[in-house]
Amino acid sequence: MNNVDQPREHYLNADYGIKSWLLTTDHKRIGILYLLLITFFFFIGGAFATVIRLELITPAGDLLTSDTYNKMFTMHGIMMVFFFLIPSVPAVLGNFLVPLMVGAKDLAFPKINLLSWYLLLIGGLITLYSIIAGGVDTGWTFYTPFSTTFSNTHVIGAAVGILIAGFSSIFTGLNFIVTIHRMRAPGLTWFRLPLFLWSNYAAAIIMVLGTPVVAVTLVLVALERVLHIGIFNPALGGDPVLFQHMFWFYSHPAVYIMVLPAMGVVSELISVFSRKSVFGYKFVAFASVAIAVFGFLVWGHHMFVAGISVYSALVFSLLSYLVAVPSAVKVFNWTATLYKGSISYRTPMLYAFGFIGLFTMGGLTGLFTAALGIDVHITDTYFVVAHFHYIMVGGTVMAYLGGMHYWWPKITGRMYPEGWARLSALVIFLGFNLTFFPQFVLGYVGMPRRYHAYPPEFQVLNVMSSAGASILAVGYVLPMVYFLWSLRYGKHAGPNPWGATGLEWQTTSPPPTHNFHETPTVTREPYDYEALPEGGFDA
Amino acid sequence: MTHNESSVLQVPNLQSHFGDMAQQKESASFGMWLFLVTEIMFFGGVFCAYLVARLQHFTGFAAGSNHLDVVVGAINTAVLLTSSFTMVMAVHSAQVGRRRSIIFFLILTLLFGSAFLGIKGYEWHDHWEKHEVPGPAFHFDEPNIAASNAQLFFSFYFAMTGLHALHMVIGAGLLIWMIIKAYGGGITADYHSPVENVGLYWHFVDIVWIFLFPLLYLISRKH
Amino acid sequence: MSEKITSPATFIVIFAALLMLTGLTTGIAYVDLGVFNPVVALAIACTKAVLVVLFFMELRHSSRVTKITVGAGLFWFAILIALTLSDYLTRWWPT
Repeated sequence: MNNVDQPREHYLNADYGIKSWLLTTDHKRIGILYLLLITFFFFIGGAFATVIRLELITPAGDLLTSDTYNKMFTMHGIMMVFFFLIPSVPAVLGNFLVPLMVGAKDLAFPKINLLSWYLLLIGGLITLYSIIAGGVDTGWTFYTPFSTTFSNTHVIGAAVGILIAGFSSIFTGLNFIVTIHRMRAPGLTWFRLPLFLWSNYAAAIIMVLGTPVVAVTLVLVALERVLHIGIFNPALGGDPVLFQHMFWFYSHPAVYIMVLPAMGVVSELISVFSRKSVFGYKFVAFASVAIAVFGFLVWGHHMFVAGISVYSALVFSLLSYLVAVPSAVKVFNWTATLYKGSISYRTPMLYAFGFIGLFTMGGLTGLFTAALGIDVHITDTYFVVAHFHYIMVGGTVMAYLGGMHYWWPKITGRMYPEGWARLSALVIFLGFNLTFFPQFVLGYVGMPRRYHAYPPEFQVLNVMSSAGASILAVGYVLPMVYFLWSLRYGKHAGPNPWGATGLEWQTTSPPPTHNFHETPTVTREPYDYEALPEGGFDA
Repeated sequence: MTHNESSVLQVPNLQSHFGDMAQQKESASFGMWLFLVTEIMFFGGVFCAYLVARLQHFTGFAAGSNHLDVVVGAINTAVLLTSSFTMVMAVHSAQVGRRRSIIFFLILTLLFGSAFLGIKGYEWHDHWEKHEVPGPAFHFDEPNIAASNAQLFFSFYFAMTGLHALHMVIGAGLLIWMIIKAYGGGITADYHSPVENVGLYWHFVDIVWIFLFPLLYLISRKH
Repeated sequence: MSEKITSPATFIVIFAALLMLTGLTTGIAYVDLGVFNPVVALAIACTKAVLVVLFFMELRHSSRVTKITVGAGLFWFAILIALTLSDYLTRWWPT
């Protein structure tokens, strides 16, 4: 592979000007538009997190009033969940890679893809307006009747913004499903697909089937707030638990939307950086679909103390244990892939290792919360907060960063600086654990979530957590700096700097607008490293 | 020159990222069906809420339902079913390439759909006059029925028929688009998936009404 | 194009059946079937829906993937209803 083998024409220089970006239907450009948009939203969500951690340095609620603090954690949750995590891997990496990996010129519906981006933009702007106009204080979970009747904040604006962003997600999922079904290159059978595609396919199923339910729920919340009808208000004969059923029917599978594509990234990284086919490929593929299906059967575990029937709680608890099984299968298979592999500790692999360790901790603590007896004590405490941050941040964000590093040469034609990247990965890992591990302890000893004041004996752990957050912030800023740096000064990358398999590596870096000069034909199994011209890589 | 560039020159309506018309047609149809599945879940959510509320407040729901005019509702159901019939006739006309029939049946579909919306509007107006619209003007005076429960029924009635009507309006817009396209000769025996897919959407909205009619109008009518 | 074209005669028959079922469901609502009134009403509605899906929407001529997709949609709706009801219907069971 000639490292300086830069294509003269590719998708980035094919056309210039702001209109060529804002009216593009090229999935690769749309992926970059998403990258810019969700990074912007990440900063906003991060700003709220900063304020939260600053307040929690001291036991007294002395930085903010409790009402303002309510707004902080609400808006942190809304921005991070709906406008950063859910789009992240699918909309940035998925949009860029799905057509390349199936050997197609674009997704099935390129204009709808662009529409998806605009929907996220518009939804985000409407939500931002709600934030600037005074904020929302209901928690990202919008529990009724507080959100429908008693809150004096901009609930409808936030609900409408999320609703519109939901349609962005639905259309992305729809596009992925049709593309993977109908546009695979000749010879690319289902069991030759890279596992990244299986994971995104499974996540797309969730996007398509789950998101509409939260959409209609938010419509009803908005109607109730405007017209004072009483669907969720007990004073008018309504039922607040009904809201929770409908909300969590989507919001639990939503966490699998966030984690499945991340797992797909990890499958790719573990394979390439041990130069070995993923152990038990079919098991991993089926496990992805199993997670998507089972993920829809467990939502009641968010409602164990809400007043649901104890029999229903038992069923949901049991099902929650079952849903952990396919995730565990994946972790075991990744580990088995490493065995006797030729392991390289490049930055993407560091993120993959981080994912496996931290996701495992997050997943296991999920099992603690799935046990009814334990959950009675730890629900609504910092234990739950730590649990989901281990999965969302320790899991999804690390995998997202790993994927960004891995595919950066393909997206930009440049390599990132390896030394700085490894340092950042380490800083993120340390900062993350310092931020969130103390929160497990805090939750266990009884600190409730969503409170801005706490008993003085909890201060040490809170200070550790806030200190960790400052380190984590540095870790996140570093990649932004060196990625930008690499656009100008990074080493040029050839078509396949990692020596990986997969169709995306058989075209230039960056790819031409139509991805492939000739439609590729697939004759080999996935992760067939023997078939590559050279054994190693020289990135 | 690649295989695809030359076929773009020869095949009208073929979008450049597809290999051939069969792939494009299959993808478009599959995409529309997937979208309809999302609509099943969208309406499904509010149907689920309705079901729970009905179980919890059955007498209030029955009382509210009895205030709806069954005859008008049944007629409206027939009107919408007729529009579905004219829609399949429009698609059939497209499949055999009869341009004037396509336009004729699409216009009929639009007319019947508009008639449905008109009748619905009349019903809503009637409810408003009778103080059956939830809100400060709501008034429900029947023995042994909590007014709040009847109001809950009407909340669902307006929310569900409102969402349905919104989908009808969008459908009407799609029909107008198809009429214009067909008028310009854009729908032929070789290329008619737009009309087919609009038809799928229209039939789905009809199916939603097929369930709304008994669930809203026919609760406990046996006196 | 090798597509199967359904004849207008079939559509007319199905349309007539749909109208008859509408009349049936309206009429039978006034007959006291006890707890079966809603069951019958929903059964008739499901029959009408199946006719529309199979014949008007031509699902019977569609690919296997499409049929599975529709089935999946209905299955997921059933999950929503079933598991939500599993809470409400067992609230007052003895513990």
